[in-house]
Amino acid sequence: MQNSAIIKTENLSKTYPLGLTALKALDTVNLSVATGEFLGFIGPSGSGKTTLLNIIGCLDAPTSGSAKVLGQPVESLSHKEAARLRMNRIGFIFQTFNLLPVYTVFENVEFPLLLLGMDAERRRGHVMDALQWVGLADRADSKPAQLSGGECQRVAIARAIVKKPELVLADEPTANLDAKNSHHIMQTMVQLNKELKTTFVFATHDEKVMAYLNRKIVLADGRIVKDEAGGQKSNVRDQKP
Amino acid sequence: MLTLKLALRNIVGAGIRTWLNVVALSLSFVIIIFMQGLYNGMNDQVERATIDALYGGGQYWQKLYDPYDPLSLTDAHAVVPANIESLMTNNEATPILIRQATIYPEGHFRSILLKGIDPNQHVLTLPSFLLNEHRNLKGDGSIPALIGTRMAKSVGLQKGDEITVQWRDVHGTFDARDMKIVEVMKTPVQEIDNDQIWISLDRIQELTSMPGQATMVVLKQKVKDQKSEATFKNVPGWNFKNLEFLLADIHALVKQKTIGASILYTILLFLALLAIFDTQVLSIFRRKKEIGTLMALGMTRAKIIRLFTIEGAFHAFLAAIVAALYGIPLLVYIARTGIALPASYDTMGYAFGEKLLPAYSAGLMIGTTLLVLLSTTVVSFLPTRRIARLKPTDALRGRLS
Ligand SMILES: Nc1ncnc2c1ncn2[C@@H]1O[C@H](COP(=O)(O)OP(=O)(O)OP(=O)(O)O)[C@@H](O)[C@H]1O
Ligand SMILES: [Mg+2]
Repeated sequence: MQNSAIIKTENLSKTYPLGLTALKALDTVNLSVATGEFLGFIGPSGSGKTTLLNIIGCLDAPTSGSAKVLGQPVESLSHKEAARLRMNRIGFIFQTFNLLPVYTVFENVEFPLLLLGMDAERRRGHVMDALQWVGLADRADSKPAQLSGGECQRVAIARAIVKKPELVLADEPTANLDAKNSHHIMQTMVQLNKELKTTFVFATHDEKVMAYLNRKIVLADGRIVKDEAGGQKSNVRDQKP
Repeated sequence: MLTLKLALRNIVGAGIRTWLNVVALSLSFVIIIFMQGLYNGMNDQVERATIDALYGGGQYWQKLYDPYDPLSLTDAHAVVPANIESLMTNNEATPILIRQATIYPEGHFRSILLKGIDPNQHVLTLPSFLLNEHRNLKGDGSIPALIGTRMAKSVGLQKGDEITVQWRDVHGTFDARDMKIVEVMKTPVQEIDNDQIWISLDRIQELTSMPGQATMVVLKQKVKDQKSEATFKNVPGWNFKNLEFLLADIHALVKQKTIGASILYTILLFLALLAIFDTQVLSIFRRKKEIGTLMALGMTRAKIIRLFTIEGAFHAFLAAIVAALYGIPLLVYIARTGIALPASYDTMGYAFGEKLLPAYSAGLMIGTTLLVLLSTTVVSFLPTRRIARLKPTDALRGRLS
């Protein structure tokens, strides 16, 4: 199981039209990620981290090359198939939390399970478990506006993992958090990675996040320039292709 | 089911904006139903009063009588045939003789209709008995005459006034008499009021040398109900006009008026729908990031479009509930007490009762609810088509496309 690649890209490129020229956001990216990894794309702003994460999350399609995610070829998925894949098997964590403001904490975390059509009793159990993991079980009835940024991001993590997805994608999850909260949510995710064997992929330029990664893929101008194992605070399970 | 649940969560969560829209829509509900009910009630009343006062259970017209051609009146008179006569003696029909006449109010020539009716008739609600009460005027004095409020106003006559009326008798010879207005009747029925003077049938027959003659014979309402129409058909020299025929003009007028009235609530509904549309456009604009999040969480565009459309349509559902909460008691109250009309209101050319009693039918309620629901849904759906063109990545950025 550990040896199977959960993500595999081949000559993945993404270009955006930019006036008369084209902007190469990703340039022949070849990458393989094994199940259970806790890795991050790092690099300066504009290096293509978000673009790569979005393609892996089936939110965007490559311009050329291929990306296989959870056994599915991203480039040939229809909008509906991509949505289904995300709904069933991928969790997202965003820099700006992206909680639904009119919903309570409970309802936010419950949302992915509603989409999956789970019955109310099982939903409740799963939601409360997820809130327990992130330490917010006592805030279930609060609205996002009543929470701190760190708490919001923990709710977002709970929402991402409540359906026990195989893959969680997190784009700059700590960018809006202070140091204490950043460490808190990273520790939460490390633990989830250990306990649930969930694969985590980050996009970040935050040193605090990097400290937890057991693999760092450095991007510059859309290319992978470095791919290194490491991370003193993480569990040791790095597998390079 | 899921979409319904989420939509309800969202719109209730949206707070004040939702309730503003709901109140605006509920006002449309109530006003549409109120206005329509008012017109229905008004029409029912006018129709009822016209039937009671003039149409009865239908009319026999002397075959030459044409209400649209005053000249036809010269010859539109005949002795009432025996088979109708029998109805008259049973008080189940009453004859009316109509002659053209001329008056000179304030020295101006004015052509009117002089109508004769039996003061003792019990077929119509037209208060012909008033002519009877002043029977003592018969003889040398002036002839008792009855007019309506509109006529009184337009020629400047009051109760107790006298006026000279001129006409031609059966031989075409001019004749004239003074008539005394014994009463000005307040009636919602224009057709017994406008440009006409009522006197007793025997006087007009005598004055015009047309004994036993009439222009029309009006049946009592229940007679029409009891006997089949076929029995009325066969009267030589007379044409039977049923209620459907007689009411055609009123119905046409009502239709026209209803169209006029619907303009007002169309505008109102349009404004409410505009508010919904605006909310939707704004929602999709402001909630772009939310839409992106929903996509990332695995909702398809089609589902999100459905969610937003249902959210919009839910406004109409809530509005129906809110409208019911304050509208039903209000409308029931108005329907009970009626709306008193200022005395001059009928100068607008429509016949009103003194009090309007709105009539709300189930069809009106259901129709209005469906109309508002349908239009709200359409208006909610239209802006969501933008979502169909939205890329998940752009949506997540909250970017405008
Ligand atoms: N929709 C788009 N249209 C045009 N250009 C885009 C689009 N999305 C990204 N780009 C460009 O592609 C390049 C890579 O962008 P990307 O967002 O992946 O960078 P990033 O590494 O995530 O940067 P940051 O750290 O600032 O988030 C940038 O130069 C960016 O301007
Ligand atoms: Mg980025």
